[in-house]
Amino acid sequence: MSAASGQSAKITYREALRLALREALRRDERVFLMGEDVGRYGGSYAVSKGLLEEFGEERIRDTPLSESTFVGAGIGAALNGMLPIVEIMTCNFSLLALDQIVNNAATMRHMSGGQLSVPIVIRMATGAGRQLAAQHSHSFEGWYAHIPGIRIVAPATLEDARGMLWTALMDPDPVLMFEHALLYNLEGELAPDAGPVDIDRAAVRRSGDDVTLVTYGGSLGKTLRAAEQLGERGYGAEVIDLRTLRPLDMGTVLASVAKTHRMVIVDEGWKSGSLSAEIAARTTEDAFYDLDAPIERVCGAEVPIPYPRHLEEAAIPQVPGIVDAALRTVSRHV
Amino acid sequence: MSNATSPVTLLKEMLRVRRFEEKCAELYGAGKIRGFLHLYIGEEAVAVGAMQALQPEDAIIATYREHGHALARGISAGVLMAEMYGKYEGCSHGRGGSMHIFDARMRFYGGNAIVGGGLPLAVGFALADKLTRRPHLTACFFGEGAVAEGEFHESMNLAALWQLPVLFLCENNLYAMGTALERSESQTNLCEKAESYRVPVRAVDGMDVAAVMSATAQAAAEVRGGGGPQFVEFRTYRFRAHSMFDPELYRSKAEVERWKQRCPIKTCTERMVGQGVLDAASVAAIEREVDEEIAAAVSYAESGTWEPVENLLQDVYTARAT
Repeated sequence: MSAASGQSAKITYREALRLALREALRRDERVFLMGEDVGRYGGSYAVSKGLLEEFGEERIRDTPLSESTFVGAGIGAALNGMLPIVEIMTCNFSLLALDQIVNNAATMRHMSGGQLSVPIVIRMATGAGRQLAAQHSHSFEGWYAHIPGIRIVAPATLEDARGMLWTALMDPDPVLMFEHALLYNLEGELAPDAGPVDIDRAAVRRSGDDVTLVTYGGSLGKTLRAAEQLGERGYGAEVIDLRTLRPLDMGTVLASVAKTHRMVIVDEGWKSGSLSAEIAARTTEDAFYDLDAPIERVCGAEVPIPYPRHLEEAAIPQVPGIVDAALRTVSRHV
Repeated sequence: MSNATSPVTLLKEMLRVRRFEEKCAELYGAGKIRGFLHLYIGEEAVAVGAMQALQPEDAIIATYREHGHALARGISAGVLMAEMYGKYEGCSHGRGGSMHIFDARMRFYGGNAIVGGGLPLAVGFALADKLTRRPHLTACFFGEGAVAEGEFHESMNLAALWQLPVLFLCENNLYAMGTALERSESQTNLCEKAESYRVPVRAVDGMDVAAVMSATAQAAAEVRGGGGPQFVEFRTYRFRAHSMFDPELYRSKAEVERWKQRCPIKTCTERMVGQGVLDAASVAAIEREVDEEIAAAVSYAESGTWEPVENLLQDVYTARAT
C-alpha cells in the first residue's frame, strides 16, 4: 500500500482481496496460495491475477481438480508449520472437500487434546444472482456455520475484503471465508491505511430506532437499500452486518433488538435449518421480552435456484421483500 | 532408533504391540475401554519394521488401527493405555480414544477414522517440508480399503506431480472391514494403481519384519534423496475381528488359521532360536519384560483422572489472549 497521498482510492472488492493476498504473501513466508486456476489463469474471479508473476509457482500453486486433496493438503501444511490460503473456486465445489473440512480441520484441535492447530484460511465464492442455475448458486455458509471448530467469515465491504484475511491467517484455527460472487465488482473508496480488521464482532452499518435488519455478505447491499426506503417512509432501520457467522456475535444483535424491539433477518440461504433460524431462535431464547412483534425472515425460497432471471430473482431476497417484512413488523404490536 | 535394527529389539517391539492389544481386548470385555477398538494383531511386523526407517523429525500419519504404530513410534504404553481408557493422562487427554492417537512431540498425527482421510494431510505435511527445504519425509499408513477412495488417487497424483517427500505405506490385509479386495476392485494389483501415477512401488511380505524394515528403508532413502513419493505395499493379515462386533462371516476359519501359521512374532522367534540368537530363557525374559511394561501401563491408566466436565468446551477454538 503505497498511497502516500493519504487520499482514499477507488477500488473494487476483488482488488481489495488481492491487496490482502499480496500483503499476506509479502509479510510472511509461511503463506502460500493454492487452488484451481489461481496461477496461470489468474483466478476464476481474477482475484489472484498477477500474483503468480510476483510470487512464483511455489507460492501461487495451481492444483488439479481434486478439492478434497488440495484442501486436505492445506490442512496438512497448516499442521506442519505453514499458513496456507486455499481457494475453492465456489462453495458448490467445496462439498467435494467437506470431509477434510469437517472431519479434519474442525476436529484436530479438540480431538488431540489441544496439541494441534490448523491455521488455514479457505476462501470460496458463494451465492446466486448470475443465472448460473441450481448447482452454481448455492449459499452454504449457513451449513458450515453449524460446525464447531471452524470460524466462518463473510466480508461484505471493501474494508472487510481488505482486512479480514490477515486476521484470519493469524488465527490459529481454521477460517472459512465466503465471498459473495456478486460483490467482486463492488466499487468504492478505501482508505489508504486500511488494514487488518477484527473477525469477532458484528458491525452496525446503519443506525435506526424502529427495526433491526440483520444480514451479512451479499445481502448487505440490498438490506441497506431497503433501510433507505424505510427511512423515506419514516422508519429508522438499523442494519447489522454479522461479518462473522461462527461464532455469532449475538451481543451486537441483541443490543439492537433491545433498542428497536423488532427484527428482520435477511439470509440468501434456504430458510429451513438456516443461519436465520439460528439467529431467530437465539433471539427468542435470550431477548423474548424485548420483542414487540414476531421476527420476520427474508430467505432463499425452498427451491434449487432456477436459471431464468425472473425466477432466480424471485428465489432470493430482494429489496421490496425486505421492506415489506420490515413494514409488517413495525405495524404489529403486542 | 538405530539400535532398534537388532532382531531381538524388533521381536520385543512386536511383542509389546501384541501384548498391549491383547490386554486392550481383555479390558474392552471388562468395560474399561469403550467405543470402537480395531486390533492390529497379526500385522505387527508392518508398523514395527516400517518405523525403523523413520527419523524423529519425520511426520507419521496413520489410521484408526494405529496402536501398533503409536507404540513403535515411541509413545509410552502408559500414556497410550490412558488414552484408550479416555483418561486425562492420555496423549490426547482422553478426547480421542483408540482411533485418534496424537502426539505432536513424536510427530505422530493420528489416528484418522475416515478411510483415506489421512492421505491428503500427508501430502500437505510433505508440501510444507518441501517448501521450507526441510529434509524430512511424511510416512502415511493406510489400508488397502483406502485405495477405493478418491482421495487415494488424488493424493498419489498430487504427491507425484509435485514430487513431494511422502512415503505411502499400504497395509494390505485383504479385507476392507468385511469386503475382500477382489470384491471391491476391478484391478487388485495395488502397485499397478500407484505406478499409473508414476510413483515407484515395492510389494513386500508384511509378515516378515526384516523384509518390511529393509523395503521401507530403501523406499525412505529414495524419498530423502529427493526422488518424490514412494509406494510400498505390505501383504499382511488381521488375525482378529475388524472391531469388537464382527462375527467374521466373510472369511473362513481355515484361512485365518493358515495366516496364523505365518504369525510374524512366531516366525521371528523360531528363526532366532534356530539361529542360536535366542534361547528359551531369553525369550521368556523378553516376555516377562513386556508383561511388566503392559501391567504398569494398565496401572497408569487405572490411576489416571477424568477430565473435569467444566473443560468440555475447551480446545474447540484456541483461547483468545484477551
